[in-house]
Amino acid sequence: MRFDSALGWESRRGPVAITGKVIVYGLMVIVFTGPLVGLLMSAFSKTLDPTSFSLWPDEFTLENFVQAKDKNVYLYLLNSFIVVGFGLLLQMLVSVFAAYSLARKKFRGMTFVMLLMLATMMLPEEIIAIPLSLVLADMPVFHANLIGTYAGMILPVGAWGFSILVMTEFMKEVPVELEEAARIDGAGELRIFATIIVPLCRPALGVIGVFGFTMIWDQYLLPLIVAPQSDMWTLPIALRSLRSDEEVGIGVLLAASLLALLPSIIAFLAFQRQFMRGLTSGAVKG
Amino acid sequence: MTSTLTRAGARTAPPRHRTKMVRWRGPLIAWLFLAPALLLFLYFKFIPMGLGLWKSFHEVHYITDTWVGWDNYKTILTDDAFGAAIWHSIVLALGTTVGSIVLGLGFALLIEGPARYLWFVRTAAFLPVVTTMAAVAEVWRIMFHPADSGMLNTIIGWVGIDPQPWLASENSSLWSIMLMSIWRGTPYDMMIFLAGLVGVDRTLYEAAAVDGASTWRRLRHITLPALRPVFWILFTLAAIRGLRVFVEVYVLTNGGPNGSSEVLMTLIYKLGFQSNELGVASAGGIVLFLATLTLTVVVQLLRRRQAA
Repeated sequence: MRFDSALGWESRRGPVAITGKVIVYGLMVIVFTGPLVGLLMSAFSKTLDPTSFSLWPDEFTLENFVQAKDKNVYLYLLNSFIVVGFGLLLQMLVSVFAAYSLARKKFRGMTFVMLLMLATMMLPEEIIAIPLSLVLADMPVFHANLIGTYAGMILPVGAWGFSILVMTEFMKEVPVELEEAARIDGAGELRIFATIIVPLCRPALGVIGVFGFTMIWDQYLLPLIVAPQSDMWTLPIALRSLRSDEEVGIGVLLAASLLALLPSIIAFLAFQRQFMRGLTSGAVKG
Repeated sequence: MTSTLTRAGARTAPPRHRTKMVRWRGPLIAWLFLAPALLLFLYFKFIPMGLGLWKSFHEVHYITDTWVGWDNYKTILTDDAFGAAIWHSIVLALGTTVGSIVLGLGFALLIEGPARYLWFVRTAAFLPVVTTMAAVAEVWRIMFHPADSGMLNTIIGWVGIDPQPWLASENSSLWSIMLMSIWRGTPYDMMIFLAGLVGVDRTLYEAAAVDGASTWRRLRHITLPALRPVFWILFTLAAIRGLRVFVEVYVLTNGGPNGSSEVLMTLIYKLGFQSNELGVASAGGIVLFLATLTLTVVVQLLRRRQAA
């Protein structure tokens, strides 16, 4: 069993090897989680010093979270949840519908549509930020102004190439016999879609759900463009405005940062398996 | 009851009629299911792209656009601020990519194995990847505090290094941002490498051990060649993501001090939303797109040549 890893050190025993492992792994955990642990501890302590974290709350207090209410932090949090809730629902619906067409149907122009999907992955928000703000301010054909509305933050995240492609790959795996049997029994298109294909793709729904959640929650430029007034801000873009405060120092900023970090961390821990599957499917792109 | 009868009748209709029905209905249903995605892409990706291209050749005023040809592009390519921003973007992208890949590979090798506690270490190490960039950047901004009491300065003080100015100095602002980006990028690369390491043939290791090859040679001749596809995936991702860095810089320094960490995207943002130079900003977006495209194509070409 010396050959279960490239370095072959996993199976070594003895005090030296074990000490080495403890040091290496301990350092790794500290380096990658240190800043997050520091934030967690500091958010619950009375920090008057705006320069350092306390790695242990010297005096446990909820003061920062109470103060956060006056600074509208919970309003921003609510905005974030509204956007991520509706945005994710829309994104998953759109992905499942599009994937059904790409995976289970053959039609002229299919390759072209696939290419379009890949092309969108090369077009991140950053590149089109300026013209996107103009489109949102005056939607072609509809002539609606989406600046300052939830719709302006929700609709643009509705279609995401990554989700569609992951879903398509998964739907191709559903045996065609099931579909044919249902057709012979006289089931209609929507019924086949809703009662056979989608339920069989439940694992993939978890994958695109957790990725979609972190993607939408992490949106920065889009809300920055769409929400000029602070009452529409989502939590990530509101953080900048909370940096300095006479009463609590950086306490509110720490509390708000923690609230901004927790949802995606919880989502990741709850859906770890799906997350890793999506990560290693090789389809992860911007 | 009658309905089932008629439906049964319809199903035994002449086959010619049926194929005609199916041929007409199939594509229609396919396009209907695709419609929401295509519509959203059209509105929020393709129309903005076209509009950006259009605006990039104009001087944009509140009501009318004046055709100015290549002027905006000339402005970008000759302007010192743009030149510096492009350079900073390249340095940041390259440093983050190389740093994350090297460290990611190192950690992946150290952490490879079936033990239970390794799963815990992996999960903990992966946390930075899923965290919200804006919040993480605020945390690092505090850690980077340049006084002696700043967290990072305290830590390097234990090892005997003098306090650094980090984000506050023109000489170190870009490197500090890079440090945070590597911290966030390494675990991701580590995970991709780990997935690749699983696929390496174990019998090769055994054969190498029988031949008395050292650990280094085993890595050099078995593990690294097997990981080649992983390297290409990571380089491609880096090409797509690298140049368009925005949030990290915007939150940590907003391009300062004195423009020392200004990247392409923060400059475009300032031009577009603060000084209303929409034409030049749009041209900047197009340049960014072309650079990203070129990089991706180059990476893919290199990959083909490697494979051939």
